[in-house]
Amino acid sequence: MSILDIKKLTASVDGKEILHGIDLKINPGEVHAIMGPNGSGKSTLSYVLSGRMGYEITGGDVLLNGESIMELEADERARSGLFLAFQYPVELPGVSGMSFLRASVNSRLRERGEEEVDQLSFVKIVRAESKKLGISDDMLKRAVNVGFSGGEKKRYEILQMALLKPSMAILDETDSGLDVDALKIVSEGVNLLRHPDRSMLVITHYQRLLSHIIPDKVHILSEGRIIKSGDKSLALEVEENGYAGINDAA
Amino acid sequence: MVATVETISAVEEATGKYKYGFVTDIESEKAPKGLNEDIIRFISSKKNEPEWMLNWRLKAYRHWLKMPEPNWSKLSIAPIDYNDIYYYSAPKTVEKISSLDEVDPELLATYEKLGIPLKEQKILSGVAVDAVFDSVSVATTFREELSKAGVIFCPISEAIQNYPELVRKYLSSVVPVSDNYFSALNCAVFTDGSFVYVPKNVRCPMELSTYFRINEQKTGQFERTLIIVEDGGYVSYLEGCTAPQRDENQLHAAVVELVAMKDAEIKYSTVQNWYPGDETGKGGIYNFVTKRGSCRGDRSKISWTQVETGSAITWKYPSCVLKGKNSIGEFYSVAVTNGAQQADTGTKMIHLGEGSKSTIISKGISAGKSQNTYRGLVEINRGAESARNFTQCDSLLIGQSCGAHTVPYIVSRNPSGKIEHEATTSRISEEQLFYCLQRGISEEDAVSLIVNGFCKEVMKELPMEFAVEAQKLIGISLEGSVG
Repeated sequence: MSILDIKKLTASVDGKEILHGIDLKINPGEVHAIMGPNGSGKSTLSYVLSGRMGYEITGGDVLLNGESIMELEADERARSGLFLAFQYPVELPGVSGMSFLRASVNSRLRERGEEEVDQLSFVKIVRAESKKLGISDDMLKRAVNVGFSGGEKKRYEILQMALLKPSMAILDETDSGLDVDALKIVSEGVNLLRHPDRSMLVITHYQRLLSHIIPDKVHILSEGRIIKSGDKSLALEVEENGYAGINDAA
Repeated sequence: MVATVETISAVEEATGKYKYGFVTDIESEKAPKGLNEDIIRFISSKKNEPEWMLNWRLKAYRHWLKMPEPNWSKLSIAPIDYNDIYYYSAPKTVEKISSLDEVDPELLATYEKLGIPLKEQKILSGVAVDAVFDSVSVATTFREELSKAGVIFCPISEAIQNYPELVRKYLSSVVPVSDNYFSALNCAVFTDGSFVYVPKNVRCPMELSTYFRINEQKTGQFERTLIIVEDGGYVSYLEGCTAPQRDENQLHAAVVELVAMKDAEIKYSTVQNWYPGDETGKGGIYNFVTKRGSCRGDRSKISWTQVETGSAITWKYPSCVLKGKNSIGEFYSVAVTNGAQQADTGTKMIHLGEGSKSTIISKGISAGKSQNTYRGLVEINRGAESARNFTQCDSLLIGQSCGAHTVPYIVSRNPSGKIEHEATTSRISEEQLFYCLQRGISEEDAVSLIVNGFCKEVMKELPMEFAVEAQKLIGISLEGSVG
């Protein structure tokens, strides 16, 4: 059974259809990349999947671990194992990082009927994961995303992914705003989280991220449709010929 | 802690949304309804008061009769019939008790339900409690231990009898009898409250707290609190308030006076959770309170921290008169309004002393159809050389139908004074909410998390024991505000 199964998905924003019928299947452990030019519907797809308000599914279905998530609210989808690493992580002034992280982890544990993690052991877990991503103690003490640099925000997203252990992770333009070094750290963090039970959907504009996070499959999204799918070599093709070249071929 | 959590959750299960809305079935002794000189004489004689006290009350009453009700606030208040209120109500059994074992078990159970254990052996956190039920103080804990340190902590009715010279010296020395309509009314009919005296160079060994509970129908609660800290002393005091859920409005008009002498410090915290009325605005407490502190000595400090979540109407401006050289006044406030609640609250910082400093941090959160106003005065007078003030007023709006208003008054009569005022108004953004939801946090928890983050600067000023309770309370007050 695939982890994520998108069937003939159509979706609209403000009454305007943006996605015109997407089909996509991601099997356990696979990493798929969605590439596409600006305005092709990449971010819309990530918001539709994660259930953001205002992003309306108008047709088709989305199955997560075999169950339809169309009727679920955003928080319920998250608790069933769907994770979105934001392109622009949101600042929560005054909200302590530790209490935010713990609230999210505990909500998942509660959902699964497991015991919530206490403060002391949680701090230990967070410190260990943070170390791998080069996140300092000082950063953990600050309010969520407040005063973080672009690179810090992205690392913080990956930290949350590591803590929440989703079965399906969507990475929305995780490479945007990162310099070469930061891109390397973030990619290594993501690679460490590759796991036979975890699938990933990497949304990106550029090929450069995909030379660090090597995908099993690459799909080209254009004007709300997947116009071409292939292996990692498709990303290189885009790099060479641009999206226009792909469009022509299709 | 565990016991407290258990009792709180038990109450939650028992009473539903407003967690403290239950009524205690207890026999009470009441004065006839209405207000006149005979009622005041009745109260005074019930309290066994000396002649001077009665005369003081009568004088206040006669003055009150001539005063107009204030109407300058941004509140719409249904007319109050001052003759349709009971001014004295006491649980029948509490007279002349010598130990907690003699307190009516119903009463003990009530406080237990509220999460306030009065049996000393049950108190783990080391907080001394004075419990005021309707018009009288029913129990004060840890008195012996406090008296060893020289600290007096007792009902004010007792202080009038046992420490008349202290009471006469300080009562109405901060809030004059004729200060305002509600304070004058309080002088005439106040029935109980707490009295604290901290002698020279004594650091009060524990947190002091008073829990106010209105139980009887159509009963007003008029408490009077007086706290005096002598040179170099320190005390931290907390009050909490709850009332049953009733359809009619109930009146609460308290007066609190604080006196800080040279190098003394008073930290006064309030967690106000009176019944706010229902969504349509039916019922709820009218909370008209006068709180003022006098920083009389050099380097004295008074710090007000309030978390206001309850009451149908809140009219309250805890203030500091900064007379001493280099004295410090602080005001930290969180005011949450939801449903049809109205709050008009803020502070007054009156700078008289050289080098006096004040800080005002106010966080207003409005949801539902509520209206939330910050009203504050910063006044730097001629003699207040190099006085400083910093004010920060932030408002957070939840939903489309509520209002937030900021009305600062700034008066500077000394060119060396420095006054800063910052104000912001924001909403919980859909983006912030979605970010939390995407992490699996439910909408209500997300709102509570974001709001508590917004209030953080104020919450950290609360004594540890109460910060957690206050955080939960804010979450509960905003339940159903989104969506």
